[in-house]
Amino acid sequence: MPADLSVSLWRGAKDGRYETYSVPRRESQTVLDVVTFVQRHIDPTLSYRFACRVGVCGSCAMTVNGKPRWTCRTHVSKVAGSGRLEIGPLENLTVIKDLATDMEPFFEKWQQAQGVFAPSRTRYDAIEQIRPDSPARRAADAAIECINCGVCYAACDTVRWNNDYLGPAALTRAWTLVNDERDASNTARLQAVSAAGGCHACHSHQSCQELCPQTLNPTASIAGLKRRTAAAYLKGEIKI
Amino acid sequence: MNVRLYVWQRATAALMAPLVLVHIAVIFYATRHGMSAADILSRTSGSAAWAAFYGLFVAAVSVHASIGVRNILSEWSPLKDRGSGALAIAFGLLLAVLGARAIFAVVLS
Repeated sequence: MPADLSVSLWRGAKDGRYETYSVPRRESQTVLDVVTFVQRHIDPTLSYRFACRVGVCGSCAMTVNGKPRWTCRTHVSKVAGSGRLEIGPLENLTVIKDLATDMEPFFEKWQQAQGVFAPSRTRYDAIEQIRPDSPARRAADAAIECINCGVCYAACDTVRWNNDYLGPAALTRAWTLVNDERDASNTARLQAVSAAGGCHACHSHQSCQELCPQTLNPTASIAGLKRRTAAAYLKGEIKI
Repeated sequence: MNVRLYVWQRATAALMAPLVLVHIAVIFYATRHGMSAADILSRTSGSAAWAAFYGLFVAAVSVHASIGVRNILSEWSPLKDRGSGALAIAFGLLLAVLGARAIFAVVLS
């Protein structure tokens, strides 16, 4: 194991550049540890985003040696065999400063995809019984562990080409709710993901499922939405 | 692409799959039997069945290909959806006219 890592970090906004730092190599070191070392010991003006450090909050995603990754759970030994790291902000989002991107479009698209649960009962009604082994619940469970990290959004070629595309995370969220038997807003949701920029824009490149840190498969969720919306369209339940 | 274009593109793809197989089989049959252009025209002239077969084929190709071209233009060119749609419709009409011309030539000649 080399004594030091050569770490290039993106500095500045859109017109910034990579600057290289030397960071001590340690056992069980994560990429977030490396960024934090630079901020605490070399340059306190370095901007980046993190919170939980244990792979739950989804706020620390960055581009590491060319691929979007959750940095708190990415070990240096896994991605920097040569002793070199290049860490930049997430792709497909506007850089605010250094490693922090503006996540607003990402979350706005969750709203556009109707990614909000619409209850079909009130607090005064009995709790609906959902069988955990029902096909719909299984489909919902398969996609429900998304932590909103934006890795899939940054990895997606279609997002890169098409500003209007809702992206894998928002569509996966929509698919989860479409399969939630308690939700009361599925027609509006299917309508929302059927417009231009919706699920039918996906080319099934599968970069999202390859890089999702939660090992979800957004491509499969989007394929499910394509089938469900096509059926709803042919039945006249949704209009374009 | 919205759900309407998606359904049209998938439906025309499903329609074309067997038509392509028959088309390829016809090509193999014609070449393996050493048929001349005159032989082929003698069988296709006045044939309502071949006119219907290739008429359907041309219609499906025109719709399918123009939707694909629309997607490529809207993703890879500076054109917005409206401009891409107009060019794609023009491309689809061109395919339909060229295809119809070919059908007329082999069925009505």
